[in-house]
Amino acid sequence: MLEIQNLSLNLGGKSIICDLNLHVNKSEIHGVLGKNGTGKSTLAYLIMGVSNYTPTAGRLIFENEDISGLSVSRRAQLGIGLAWQEPARIEGLSVRDYLMLSGKSRGVKQVDDYLSMMGLEPAQYLDRDIDNTLSGGERKRIEMASILAMRPMLAILDEPDSGIDILALPSLLEGIKEMNKQGSSVLLITHNEKVVEMAHRVSVMCAGRILKTGAPEQMNLWFKENCQPCVHVNEPEKEGDKR
Amino acid sequence: MINYSIEKEYEGMIDAYQKAGGDRNALLGEGAARLVIHENKVLGQNGVEGIKIETREKETGVDVNLIIEKGAKIPHPVHLCFGVLPKEGLQEIIMKVDAQDNSEVSVIAHCIFPNAVKVIHKMDADIEVGKNARFDYRETHYHGDYGGIEVIPKAKVKVGKGGVYQSSMVISQGFVGKLDYDFEVFCQEEAVAELVVKAYGKGVDDIKVWEKIHLDGAGARGLAKSRLVLGDKAKAEVKGETYGNAPYARGHVDCIELVNGTEAVATAIPVVSVTNDKAKVTHEAAIGSIDKKQVETLMARGLDESEAVDIIVKGILK
Repeated sequence: MLEIQNLSLNLGGKSIICDLNLHVNKSEIHGVLGKNGTGKSTLAYLIMGVSNYTPTAGRLIFENEDISGLSVSRRAQLGIGLAWQEPARIEGLSVRDYLMLSGKSRGVKQVDDYLSMMGLEPAQYLDRDIDNTLSGGERKRIEMASILAMRPMLAILDEPDSGIDILALPSLLEGIKEMNKQGSSVLLITHNEKVVEMAHRVSVMCAGRILKTGAPEQMNLWFKENCQPCVHVNEPEKEGDKR
Repeated sequence: MINYSIEKEYEGMIDAYQKAGGDRNALLGEGAARLVIHENKVLGQNGVEGIKIETREKETGVDVNLIIEKGAKIPHPVHLCFGVLPKEGLQEIIMKVDAQDNSEVSVIAHCIFPNAVKVIHKMDADIEVGKNARFDYRETHYHGDYGGIEVIPKAKVKVGKGGVYQSSMVISQGFVGKLDYDFEVFCQEEAVAELVVKAYGKGVDDIKVWEKIHLDGAGARGLAKSRLVLGDKAKAEVKGETYGNAPYARGHVDCIELVNGTEAVATAIPVVSVTNDKAKVTHEAAIGSIDKKQVETLMARGLDESEAVDIIVKGILK
């Protein structure tokens, strides 16, 4: 479904993404596990086509089409959706309208259901605006509900668990499973080893590269043994270094 | 023959009112107070218990006296519809409002100029809100796509002890044309005033907003708020002034102007002044562009850029 080939991005003279290769299969939950500052969010922005994140090199192939030069809108129309790590607040736009425009033709009842799935009572939230009156956790869960409403072919979830309280985490994880059941492939970006356990495959990321890909339990173990104590945090691996 | 002509005009105004977002039935039913004025003609007028509406037609407009009687709590909003349907015209509304002590009313006004190429709409209002009375005035404009309209609303408002005056003016449909808004409110003890102006300037729209609130009584509170979005070559100048002249008076000026494009020009001039050491008046004014992340958040749901900007602008002006 998504094939990232030799992707690189330099910003301000610094290499942020470095010759990155990644393959996400159809119907797969693919975890990207990495410490803070390894380039995970930047990878999400590059796939979505966010402004100021134009690749220096490489290609993004989605459903056999090179999307590297396409706008954010066009990528969304092709079936890519992004749940932002810190979603924007928009004054005067109600939760209902935000979910409806995400789902376009789908009905209000399902909009209610998507909020409920994220542990939010529809009657309390539908008429509120997605502005600063919502807490960070509430806004995050609404962002996840909007992805459920959108039903993209590929859902990019950037740190969906950050800012979510521990009691709300189970409904968030259920929501991700529901997305996958609905037919969305999921690129699950996180630094949380627990969250990534739900993935089918996991890629470990450091210094703008994918270091290793495999089963979640193996990658969690590898991450613990190699990345957590690593002295080369966010710096490219040197030739001959033992990993 | 004359009746037929008036009927046609009335029907035309009601159609335009509906297109501008008004409730057609509000101008046809008997349950709510209403006033419909086209150019200098009063086409429809209905008072209800507790409200007196007096009108006098003049060559270039209409004098209106709106009296809300002492203690009257009006359950349904009063609907006002002012407009000029031809391409050219002048409409001057001289309005006197007397919201007497302990009365409560909400007024919804629609000002409709859908075909304006050379139209001037002036309103001079003299509003008195009595002790513990509440007067809520919401005005929405519909200007069409020609931009040939000059809107000049001026008001002097006195709010008595414990009274509440709230006013909002919204021009988000069609071109603003030329707007010269000038409202000044004087608040007595424990009175509350809120002035809100929201407009979406496009083309060569020229917007001037001047909101002044004098907090003259102890504990009086005031908010002068404006939200303007400017595109193309539109320009706007907003002055928000609040004067804290009495102990425990609290006032705030809140102005946000967003510029979309490289040729629009926005200016904000907040003035805050205090003449009593126990009064407090604050302000915030921000001029910026439409937030790119907001736009891309909506684009990431499949909207194109102009649709996304449109939703953001409507949200700001809601």
